[in-house]
Amino acid sequence: MAGVGYSKKVMEHFMNPRNVGVIENPDGYGKVGNPICGDVMEIFIKVKDDIITDIKFRTFGCGSAIATSSMVTELTKGMHVDEAMKITRNDVADELDGLPPQKMHCSNLAADALHDAIKDYKNKKRSKILEVE
Amino acid sequence: MKRIYLDHASSMPVDPRVLEFAKPYLTKKMGNPSSLHSVGLGAKQAVEDARKKITKFINAENEKSIIFTGSATEANNLAIRGTALRNIARGKTVTASAIEHISVLNSMKNLQKNGFIFNVIPVDSTGIVDPGKLDSLMTKNTVVTSIMYANNEIGTIEPIKKISEIVHDKGIYLHVDATAAAGRIPVDVQNDGIDLLTFSSNDLYGPQGAGALYIKPGVKLQPVLLGGGQERGLRSGTENIFAIAGMGEAAGIIQNEMTQESNRLKKIRNKLIDEILQIDETYLTGHPTKRLPHHASFRFSHIEGESILLNMDMYNIQIATGSACSSKTLEPSHVLLAIGLKHEEAHGSMVITLGRSNTLEEIPLITKAVTETVQRLRKLSPLYQKGGD
Repeated sequence: MAGVGYSKKVMEHFMNPRNVGVIENPDGYGKVGNPICGDVMEIFIKVKDDIITDIKFRTFGCGSAIATSSMVTELTKGMHVDEAMKITRNDVADELDGLPPQKMHCSNLAADALHDAIKDYKNKKRSKILEVE
Repeated sequence: MKRIYLDHASSMPVDPRVLEFAKPYLTKKMGNPSSLHSVGLGAKQAVEDARKKITKFINAENEKSIIFTGSATEANNLAIRGTALRNIARGKTVTASAIEHISVLNSMKNLQKNGFIFNVIPVDSTGIVDPGKLDSLMTKNTVVTSIMYANNEIGTIEPIKKISEIVHDKGIYLHVDATAAAGRIPVDVQNDGIDLLTFSSNDLYGPQGAGALYIKPGVKLQPVLLGGGQERGLRSGTENIFAIAGMGEAAGIIQNEMTQESNRLKKIRNKLIDEILQIDETYLTGHPTKRLPHHASFRFSHIEGESILLNMDMYNIQIATGSACSSKTLEPSHVLLAIGLKHEEAHGSMVITLGRSNTLEEIPLITKAVTETVQRLRKLSPLYQKGGD
């Protein structure tokens, strides 16, 4: 079966990605990459008491782009947002039993998309507090 | 799941008849053509017999005009660097179309680093070389121009005869890379007006490890590889007699069967194109009619080629893509960019090249796999918003 040097775990996530889709009215939304480079990822989160209760993604990109997106959602569902902020690209790659070197940079943006979603959540929360005050 | 192999441009199986013919040259008929004893002479005879068959295959003037190399890449290097460096007195400019194989483009860029001027000739949106631009970009200092017979990624066949007239009007050598075309469509170096022609063994269902360069009598070039002076001094190194003998045999067989096989593959190919273009936002790349008979290439909006390749492989169907993510450089295919596709469009490409193993019965399986693959990846894609669900 195919490869470009992908681990079994990458292929498994590529074929059966977890948490695909869109969350309507998400508490946080992050989007990274651009179509010119060949990778775009977006992540939607629902948060309650700073815990990520639901997370969904959509990704345009290669096998590793899809697998890393899936892995990030699996890793952080049920996690405290501050913990999730600490997840790095390398953590995601490690959880997938590694990525080929040329894929480490461009196709491993899922952690960045997640961080953007959490920042978006925190900004929204802050502005809500301001509204109340 | 039965394998459906649709990537013959990347690698082809060796014809069993060819393998049977060439096998003894790996075992008891081994021998070095340079040795003077009987075993060596047997090996030399094998190489010369192959040269005869290759001469006939491309209708070359004589056997001396065929040089065996280790690959098409090597033949391209020899053709371009060998001619440019040997004829430096005629000028220091070289030209090539924008859609040439990387071995042609990198040979030209290497000359550029060494003081040559390298002019790139653009192609239109179907991949056909612009004759006007060809004419204007060649100067009196141009030594060699390289235009491929047909393109491996988009299947487009170039008007070589017409190009030859333009190139020869200016007294320039024409090198033609026929790696994708040879064995698929007839190639006749004398009728087409070609000075240097590259092709490879494996693309004829011969063993890997042999290529050939045709050199028109009178064209001067210098070697790229130096050593014992094999192949008239133009390609030193002990001959790969197994691959060379196999290449000769493969050329003979494919020439006899070409018309029939091309018609058979064209039927399958046309049906496949019709079926796959039913998928929305799907486009044919390359020329709609002037294309190799076994070749179909597409692009799908909103999805990426490496994902297409991996997903198709899950159906045990092997295709190729010009996607950036499948390349070592992470750049999308220079061919797709040259025909005017935007980066984001070039990412979603799929190339199908048919061969002897393919049948009409496979079409529904292929169509189903492509349709499901595109659907699944679009569902995952944030770029596919309209009617995504």
